[in-house]
Amino acid sequence: MLSIEGLRSKYGRIEVLHGIDLEVGSGEIVTVVGANGAGKTTLLRCLSGVQPVAAGTITFRGEDISRLPAHRRVGLGLAQSPEGRQIFTNLTVEDNLRLGAYLYSDDRVDTDMADAFAMFPVLREKRNLNAGGLSGGQQQMLAIARALMARPVCLLLDEPSMGLAPILVDQILEVVKNLRSLEVTTLLVEQNAFAALSIADRGYVMETGRITMSGPAEELIADPRVRAAYLGI
Amino acid sequence: MSELLQFLLSGITVGAVYALVALGFTIIFNASGVINFAQGEFVMLGGMSTVFLLDAGVPMLPAAVAAIAIACAVGIALNKLAIQPARGASVVTLIIITIGASIFLRGAAQIVFDKQIHRFESFSGDEPFVIGGATILPQSLWVMAGAVAVFAGLYLFFTRSLLGKAVLATANNPLAARLVGVNTNFVMTLSFAMSAAIGAFAGVLVTPITLTSYDIGIALALKGFAAAVLGGMGNPFGALVGGLLVGLIEAMTAGYISSAYKDAAAFIVILAVLFVMPHGIFGRATVERV
Repeated sequence: MLSIEGLRSKYGRIEVLHGIDLEVGSGEIVTVVGANGAGKTTLLRCLSGVQPVAAGTITFRGEDISRLPAHRRVGLGLAQSPEGRQIFTNLTVEDNLRLGAYLYSDDRVDTDMADAFAMFPVLREKRNLNAGGLSGGQQQMLAIARALMARPVCLLLDEPSMGLAPILVDQILEVVKNLRSLEVTTLLVEQNAFAALSIADRGYVMETGRITMSGPAEELIADPRVRAAYLGI
Repeated sequence: MSELLQFLLSGITVGAVYALVALGFTIIFNASGVINFAQGEFVMLGGMSTVFLLDAGVPMLPAAVAAIAIACAVGIALNKLAIQPARGASVVTLIIITIGASIFLRGAAQIVFDKQIHRFESFSGDEPFVIGGATILPQSLWVMAGAVAVFAGLYLFFTRSLLGKAVLATANNPLAARLVGVNTNFVMTLSFAMSAAIGAFAGVLVTPITLTSYDIGIALALKGFAAAVLGGMGNPFGALVGGLLVGLIEAMTAGYISSAYKDAAAFIVILAVLFVMPHGIFGRATVERV
């Protein structure tokens, strides 16, 4: 579904991704875990086309998309819920969702929005309020719901648990787990390695711009090195 | 009393023009963070192009439409040739580029058009209406109606259409706008085209009253800027109120103090706003929950 080969990216002259190889199969939940500053967010920015790729290829559904502008990638079914939620704070909750489906204007927009409200009932209650007034957890729900409005085949989720209370983290992870039933492939980037690995099929460990380990999620969770470095055990 | 009414009417007329210029500033500022000091040149292009098309024998309505289209094309070219290639540069650099563009457009207008002062016929004659002892030109009513129509149209565009909301979304969070599939380059181009069209439209409406020449842009840009700052940069409603206030202050200064100080009014407004309330009337320091 999504295949990354030798991906390099720079901020100015400083290279931050030093050749990433990564594979996401259809229907999988794959997670990339690693410490703050490892380059996880940069990786997702490259995938969405909002960060230039210095070398390497990104193949999505058989097509090389590494030079495609961001809006074209959304059209192909690659949507992202970005780090820090990045919702449109001065627009209403409903407008945020509507803009998630910016590329579409058919009847499915309405049914998708009804689905989003069914998934996150609190958003329905607040649909006419400015999104900037939502709590952190509600903003995160909105960010995920907005990304789902784009009809993703593959959803990129950047730190959905960041800054949330533990009970909300569980709720968000439950939603991610359920994406499987919607037949949405998911690439989940998380600092919260334990939470991410516990719902993923496979995982990659990223350190300072490189993939250092990869494998089935249950193996990584049991790996002493991962446990020591990321799980605090 | 009729004197005050007279000043009010003329203040509202020029204020409507300043409001349209301020609106042009607002649209580009929201889309890109750039204050486009070539905004006044769009007004000049609207008026001057109409003058020369009329001279060439084109009837009024097609001439006005063509003049607005010309300004639109210039606005798009400004964005494509001068602003987008410098993307990533600081906003101050981009603002300086727009100042350069305004000087260039003024110079080009001297060559393409001429250095004379021009006007064309009012749309519905020059027979003034008398209201409570004061008079108002029919063309003033055209200016006011035009301003109302533009503000109402834009209000509908931004609140009812998906494209309008995409423009607002791009202003609010350009990264997120790109991630939902908005082509933000197109939004930028659209903003420049809209600003140019609004400026040129104001130029067409006001030329029969204030006359036009290649260099009217500077003063209009500065007064429109004063209006936008007074209303709160980035707020379309603020542009409307700011424009009307600057127009009224100017008319009152001219009427009650001396018309020699008329042009100073706008600049005193800028200074006062910056000293007393830098966010303007409707601007506010953005507060967000994180």
